[in-house]
Amino acid sequence: MSADSAPDLECRGLTKRFGDITAVKDVDFSVPAGSFFSILGPSGCGKTTIMRMIAGFLEPSSGDILIRGRSVLGVPPNKRPVNMVFQHLALFPMMNVAENIGYGLRRQGVAKAEITRRTGEVLERISLPGIGARKVSELSGGQRQRVAIARCMVLEPEVLLLDEPLGALDLKLREKMKIELKSLQAEFDTTFVYITHDQGEALVMSDAVAVMNAGRFEQIGAARDLYYRPATAFVAGFVGEANRWSGRVTRVEGDTAEVQTDAGLTLRAPADGLKTNDKVSVFVRPEAISIGPDAAAMQDQAFGTKVQVTAMLFNGANSRVLVRDPQSGSEIDVALPQSAGFANLDKGAEVQIGWTREQTLCFADTAS
Amino acid sequence: MTGRGLGFYLLLAPLVLWLGLLIILPHIDMAIVSLRTRVAPREYVPSLDNYAAFITEPLYIVTFLRTAIMSVLATVITLIIAFPISYYIAKIAKGRSQAALFLMCLIPFWVSELVRTFGWIILLRETGVISGFLQWLGLADQPIEMLYNDAAMMLGLVYTSMLFMVVPLTTTLESLDDAVIEAGYDLGGSGFSVLREIVIPHAMPGIVSGCIVVFMLSLGNYLTPTMLGGKGSLWFTELIYSQFIVRFNWELGAAFGFCLLGASSLIVWSILRLTGQTLERTMGEGK
Ligand SMILES: Nc1ncnc2c1ncn2[C@@H]1O[C@H](COP(=O)(O)OP(=O)(O)O)[C@@H](O)[C@H]1O
Ligand SMILES: [Mg+2]
Repeated sequence: MSADSAPDLECRGLTKRFGDITAVKDVDFSVPAGSFFSILGPSGCGKTTIMRMIAGFLEPSSGDILIRGRSVLGVPPNKRPVNMVFQHLALFPMMNVAENIGYGLRRQGVAKAEITRRTGEVLERISLPGIGARKVSELSGGQRQRVAIARCMVLEPEVLLLDEPLGALDLKLREKMKIELKSLQAEFDTTFVYITHDQGEALVMSDAVAVMNAGRFEQIGAARDLYYRPATAFVAGFVGEANRWSGRVTRVEGDTAEVQTDAGLTLRAPADGLKTNDKVSVFVRPEAISIGPDAAAMQDQAFGTKVQVTAMLFNGANSRVLVRDPQSGSEIDVALPQSAGFANLDKGAEVQIGWTREQTLCFADTAS
Repeated sequence: MTGRGLGFYLLLAPLVLWLGLLIILPHIDMAIVSLRTRVAPREYVPSLDNYAAFITEPLYIVTFLRTAIMSVLATVITLIIAFPISYYIAKIAKGRSQAALFLMCLIPFWVSELVRTFGWIILLRETGVISGFLQWLGLADQPIEMLYNDAAMMLGLVYTSMLFMVVPLTTTLESLDDAVIEAGYDLGGSGFSVLREIVIPHAMPGIVSGCIVVFMLSLGNYLTPTMLGGKGSLWFTELIYSQFIVRFNWELGAAFGFCLLGASSLIVWSILRLTGQTLERTMGEGK
């Protein structure tokens, strides 16, 4: 593949208005060939609207959509080199599995023997050989999922769009399908554009994730960047878990800003363009917080305080301790280190917590 | 006791009474009547003369076949007109316009069939609205009679049946997920192939149940052929009526009734066989 080849999918200034409401506002992104791109956002933020514009079921109010460098505006859905896995899969209930998969090939006028061969081949690739004669209603949730993907992949589209395809599955199956989807993508070597409101799905599977809120993209980046270097308060709050405070900058000194939270905690954060008196939101991830028996163990931390344990939430490797800061009364969520010695913390125990300046994520509130 | 108490039998009683008194009993009586011949006043012998008369008299058999064919034709025309209407109501119209359209199909049924048919007479007769309008436009230089022919009768039959086709079709089409239709387009289908491979197969139970109802209504219709049809468009129900009421020949009338019952059963059965549907599926599609 040449380095200067156009991205598989590119959206420029994509906007969609429904009457007064703007569902999608000025969205720009490009997806390189063969990658797994996710759009992550809360329900109602405009994800499906973007998908439907790419698939051709909605005309953008403004902006352009390019597939392999060619604009597809005005091209009807049945002529676009993209296929879509619908939210509820939308398998054809009046056809069996093989007919479902062969549907697109029949539309292309492929010869009957060739359809049979390619249908069998794709069933093999999704590891469901020999189920061609089954009815759709006889399949399990995970099998339907794979058939829906196979029905699109047999047409070898440039881009496969997936609209929350795991939403209808139960938790266990969802975990399994996440891994399976990623390996199917590698197997077919096709560009996937995946939308979801579940950060776990987006972070695990994607090469790049766009976080979307109220019709806009807040940040596009690798999962790691979104998590460790969120660009906005929304991303910090939406991706991963975090303790959140709102407060005001009281002092800026060199590259350190001192923040007083509304509850009365005094924290230090990287200054990054903050000014005295800015209203800010501060986020600290539970696992960024160190916990120790006394102040001596917290020497190297920018912020440290003595707190009381209010609850132990045991959940294996994801266990949490809820602690309360006696001065400000704010409750802080701390991940329990896996090293021995903390497993026996009890309600009411006194411990020391602290975290570094870099782990204090601080964002000036926008005027909105 | 087997656990089926008094309540069960009380609930069952109306059904049994209805079936027994209004369906089975009259039919048994009709069957007996049709299988006898009067040899003298109040004196009857069992015979197949009535059925023989039906087969040998050309007027009877021609009217019978004409009625069956015209009913099938009326059913097909109703289906062709009702399908796009139902598709529009179920899939394209939204919210209030959907309800309004449905109501428009229903409104004609608030008046009696007689008044409804008379409405067509007012429109179509020589001195009627359409004829007058055409003359006013200068498209006709003398009054035009549009009544009393097969076309007028067909118009009346289709109009009368429309609702009974639109209701089951709309119900089945509404149960088709929009995403399934969109998936059909997304995978490269054209409007026609989506209709043929996805919409029609899904709507089949509704199509069949609508066709059965409309066919039976047309076959058994009396008023519309009598009022709108001409001398040449005699309907089989008119023959039955004249045997029972005018000629007072109950024996022949009863035999005609059984022939009609046989024809409708046969045609309904063939529709089901041809479309691979079952009666349970088509009539129980509301679920
Ligand atoms: N056809 C439509 N007409 C009017 N508003 C719509 C339409 N489709 C979506 N919307 C609105 O656009 C916004 C985004 O919807 P959607 O893209 O479905 O969100 P998501 O998929 O992220 O949950 C919502 O506020 C929704 O009400
Ligand atoms: Mg959605």
